[in-house]
Amino acid sequence: MFNFFYNSNLFIWIEKIINFINSIFFVLLISALSFALIFSPPDYLQGDSVRIMYVHVPAAWIGLASFSCIGILSILNFIFKIKNLTIITKSIAPLGLMFTCLAIVTGSIWGQPTWGTFWAWDARITSMVILAFFYFIYIAIHKLISDEDKAIKFSSIIAALGLINIPIIKFSVEWWSTLHQPASIKITGTSTIHSSMLMPLLLMFSVLILYCALIFLMKYKTEIIRIKKKNLKRL
Amino acid sequence: MLPKKVKKRASLLAITLLVSAIGIFFILQSLNKNILYFKSPTDIKNNQNINFDKKIRVGGMVKKNSLIIKEEEIKFIITDFNNELNISFSGTVPNLFSEEKGVVAEGKLQDKTFFIADRILAKHDENYMPPELKDMMKKNAK
Repeated sequence: MFNFFYNSNLFIWIEKIINFINSIFFVLLISALSFALIFSPPDYLQGDSVRIMYVHVPAAWIGLASFSCIGILSILNFIFKIKNLTIITKSIAPLGLMFTCLAIVTGSIWGQPTWGTFWAWDARITSMVILAFFYFIYIAIHKLISDEDKAIKFSSIIAALGLINIPIIKFSVEWWSTLHQPASIKITGTSTIHSSMLMPLLLMFSVLILYCALIFLMKYKTEIIRIKKKNLKRL
Repeated sequence: MLPKKVKKRASLLAITLLVSAIGIFFILQSLNKNILYFKSPTDIKNNQNINFDKKIRVGGMVKKNSLIIKEEEIKFIITDFNNELNISFSGTVPNLFSEEKGVVAEGKLQDKTFFIADRILAKHDENYMPPELKDMMKKNAK
């Protein structure tokens, strides 16, 4: 059953999807950026600096979502030992680290004109830095431990532990008094962000998700090639 | 049914997660006061043993009509709608600092009602809207 990635069919499909995303990505990126940077209105209070939000918020969402994926898949992998899940989580991790760092850096740049400081050790920001550390440790384990079974075991436990951090990040702004403002977009109830600004935000989010899919598939492909190479050497 | 090894691994992971989640819960519980980025005026009023030499952060809303800007000095009152605290500050304030907006002040308490700040941070809320809409809302409110 798990032989399917030795099948070149999967390879051809990945190749096709990568080409498709490549063909539409830049058009979508430019239109989303022009909505975010030009057509959307400035904020009544913050003026034009609100535009950093269109990168900051999607980056933070993707950082959190990637780690949730890695955590859940790692738990399944730890219990059921499915080789394919290892490749998937290994391919998501660098993306998640990049977007988490992007969220921290853009947040810092946004903090200077609005709050008056680049950095504050409040609960939201600190927990976000801890998330970046978890990503870093996860990637480092896979890079440094050459024994693959051991690496999977340790990295899965780290990912499962990091999963505890996710609700802490999400609710940090409600549980404790922080400098960071509470969430504007709520799953239940009305959002406190005007629709003319929500639309470019969701557009940017979908473009960045598409970017994630692109990089993920490329990385996934490389990992499969690496496994194939290893097996050939053994033969 | 699942093989015995799978069950063993699952229970091992579940126990590890449960124990560490409870551990983190208790750590956060005991750190609770330190995690708070700022204290509210009510916290300061209720706190019996305040260290007046230590730098602290206080936060709340700038009270309406309380902002007095003199040369070299800005005075205002922050409120959490129960208690109030007088703040004095000299220096530059962030752009978003204004009346009826959130603010965090860093500095030292002189007594329980007077605070000298050496840094002011603006705290903004979760509302985002275009300026035209805000004007419309103001007109409707009148």
